[in-house]
Amino acid sequence: MIKVILGTNLKNITNGLDELEVEATSVKSLIAEMDRRYPGIADALQSGFALAIDGEVIANPGYEKLEEVSEVRFLSPIQGG
Amino acid sequence: MSVVAEDNSVNQSYKYVGTRPVRHDGLEKVNGKARFAADISKPRMIHGHVLRSPHAHAKILSIDTSKAESMPGVKAIVTASDFPLPKKDEGFPHRSKNLIARGKVYYEGQAVAAVAATTRRHAREAAAKIKVNYQELPTVMTINEAMADDAPLVHENLITKGSDKKEAKPSNIAEMDFHERGDIDVGFAEADFVYENEFTTEAFHQGYIEPHACLADTGKDGRSEIWCSSQGHFMVRSATAKMLGWETSKIKVIPAEIGGGFGGKTTIYLEPLAVKLSEKADRPVKMVMSRDEVFKATGPAPGTKIRVKIGAKKSGEITAGKAWLAYEAGPFGGSWAKLGGWCIFASYNIPNVQIEAYEIIVNRPVNIAYRAPSAPMAAYATESVLDHIAKEIDMDPIDLRIFNAVKEGDNQPGDSVASTGKYPKIGFKETLEAIKNHPNYKIPLGPNQGRGIATGYWFNIAQTSSATINLSEDGRAVVMTGSPDIGGSRASMAIMAAEVIGIDVNLIQPVVGDTETVGFTDVTEGSRATYATGIAVVNAAEKIVRKVKERASIMWDCNLEDVEWVDGSAIHKDGKETPISLPEITAEAKKTGGPLNATGSLETKGHGPAFSTQLCDLEVDPETGRVTILRYTTAQDAGTAIHPSYVEGQMQGGVAQGIGMALNEEYIYNQKGRMENSGFLDYRMPVASDLPMIETIIVEVPNPRHPFGVRGVGEVGIVPPLPAVANAIHDAVGVRLREAPMSPVKVLKALNQKNGANG
Repeated sequence: MIKVILGTNLKNITNGLDELEVEATSVKSLIAEMDRRYPGIADALQSGFALAIDGEVIANPGYEKLEEVSEVRFLSPIQGG
Repeated sequence: MSVVAEDNSVNQSYKYVGTRPVRHDGLEKVNGKARFAADISKPRMIHGHVLRSPHAHAKILSIDTSKAESMPGVKAIVTASDFPLPKKDEGFPHRSKNLIARGKVYYEGQAVAAVAATTRRHAREAAAKIKVNYQELPTVMTINEAMADDAPLVHENLITKGSDKKEAKPSNIAEMDFHERGDIDVGFAEADFVYENEFTTEAFHQGYIEPHACLADTGKDGRSEIWCSSQGHFMVRSATAKMLGWETSKIKVIPAEIGGGFGGKTTIYLEPLAVKLSEKADRPVKMVMSRDEVFKATGPAPGTKIRVKIGAKKSGEITAGKAWLAYEAGPFGGSWAKLGGWCIFASYNIPNVQIEAYEIIVNRPVNIAYRAPSAPMAAYATESVLDHIAKEIDMDPIDLRIFNAVKEGDNQPGDSVASTGKYPKIGFKETLEAIKNHPNYKIPLGPNQGRGIATGYWFNIAQTSSATINLSEDGRAVVMTGSPDIGGSRASMAIMAAEVIGIDVNLIQPVVGDTETVGFTDVTEGSRATYATGIAVVNAAEKIVRKVKERASIMWDCNLEDVEWVDGSAIHKDGKETPISLPEITAEAKKTGGPLNATGSLETKGHGPAFSTQLCDLEVDPETGRVTILRYTTAQDAGTAIHPSYVEGQMQGGVAQGIGMALNEEYIYNQKGRMENSGFLDYRMPVASDLPMIETIIVEVPNPRHPFGVRGVGEVGIVPPLPAVANAIHDAVGVRLREAPMSPVKVLKALNQKNGANG
């Protein structure tokens, strides 16, 4: 079971919940399961997002395997100068 | 300069890493041979000019191009109707909405139409003949105006994204973000001293010397070639294709030299216009912005309003930090306040934190990244409040920061989550100690002179990079990457390749390949080039070494395991054979298997966060309010400095730009929302004569995730100057400036208020 931490923009869709427990083996299946529980999450992520997977920030996530992962945090798209 | 190195296994002795060879592109840069986008010409080339909105907010009722079309030399005109409707905005920075106005203009300078003609003058004159009927609308130029209850709405139906209150009422607040850690009330209750204040900054521009420019040549085969100045030509290709509704592969982008970017060239403005004009005219089209256009139509960093409250014990232990941030987000929104919220307490181990951030819609140009975007303004607030607390509890300001400094294993912040995980190995405390131990920290100060300390954090970025290495017949190497060189990265790539291959760095030619000759590479931003593209180069170089060892084993007719690679030569491990040098191996390449080349291409991870601590000594003229910087010292953790001169250059450049933010730079608008200082005479950036030599201390706490320990160095140096200058002014004359830029007028006003209060 993966602990999922949500940012403010996703909390609106989860009725204020900022932490979920989700069974998933990949980022793709994680988002699919989150969207099944809270329709609209996948759409909300279409404009871009980043992840911190067990503390490792991933700028362009999408298909990462999550078999050994315990925590995923959703972040805004990352930009630097 | 000086270097402070940590004893670490990664930080071993290198032959080339850490040396200072002359940059490979240096000669061309100084003798004028380097080709920037505006230098490039093609046969039959014509010139494009953009008609821009004179209004900050207006409906476009009609556009009539008929008169312009009949003007001499005019070959093509485009308006929004020549571009497909955007399907969906693909994250920031809302490029499709910003390319060319469709039905409405949202800021002065927004593109409305573009003309291509045989000369620049003809294009400009024809553009002036395009008749646009506008209906002016009320403008919203500042955060205060935009957040007022009766504010005119820039977008009639904008509902705040992320609001917990489920706001049904439209407003100019595009997005809000809230997150907390611990219990903020408990944290403040535990504090012996609590201080809160509000700080504002104005919009400031990246100020690159080279204006945006491009040349597009669109053929009848439906393909287009673009020469342009950007921080990422693969980004230019994909963004241009999206805005045109084209397949990406139909566009080839050739990177020209870049005359400064600092984040401002991480997006596009002209390229789709030039491609479309070229297609319509069937001629190559060159477009070059004027400085006025650069100021009015390209992205500055946002103006901000930030309130910070910090509680601390008498011991110096910070118990709570609360921040409210509002950032201008141009007319279409962005994630600027979120980034500020990410950085605002990132340097300190604070158990109880609450952060609230708002993205505010205004009738100003679309904001674009500027070196550690959003972080300097956040640091201005936090570091000023900490300076006040240090004085209140009578603690050395560096000791206060050392007491609370984050270290490996502490919470690393995120933008909308309380933490993205734990900090990896970082060198923040080392930068603080380096400044504290520097002789400049002890130099006595005179009347009206003051000393300020401030720190900065930036998270840095990794992302995708590619590199290809080709060995020539004479044993030299061409190292090709997809990262435009905005800060000396070519030299760094050559050094890293030299270190792995074991040949002199001058035998390596580093080049930046176009979109059809090197693998996909993300934008040079987020201090990522030497880190991420460096890993791609190291990977390719390691493959090259494996291949030349294989060739040596063929030449010796021995097992590969018997070949060792030492200082650019193959050595038989039993000493049975005479060593073979790289040129001897490459000379025989045709007979041993063909050309020698290798590619490194990867999505990198493991970038290391960057920290900087800076010390500013200045003098305030109480008669005029003018601030003169006397000494400036900056310490920054570079991980490992591949080419120390370019690390120092990044550190000094960041400080110079940060001092500009602190003392002079600001967008000034009139009542109609029109910019009044869109030139370098009126938009005052610091020049060499304004600044002392900026002394650098490179701290090296190697990043264990990079083969040589690199962490990005390009951005964090710009974060501390704003508060360092403010704190030094306070130290000098006892007034805390909470509005940047801290221009002579504001300093004088604060002094008069103080003297009036005292009198």
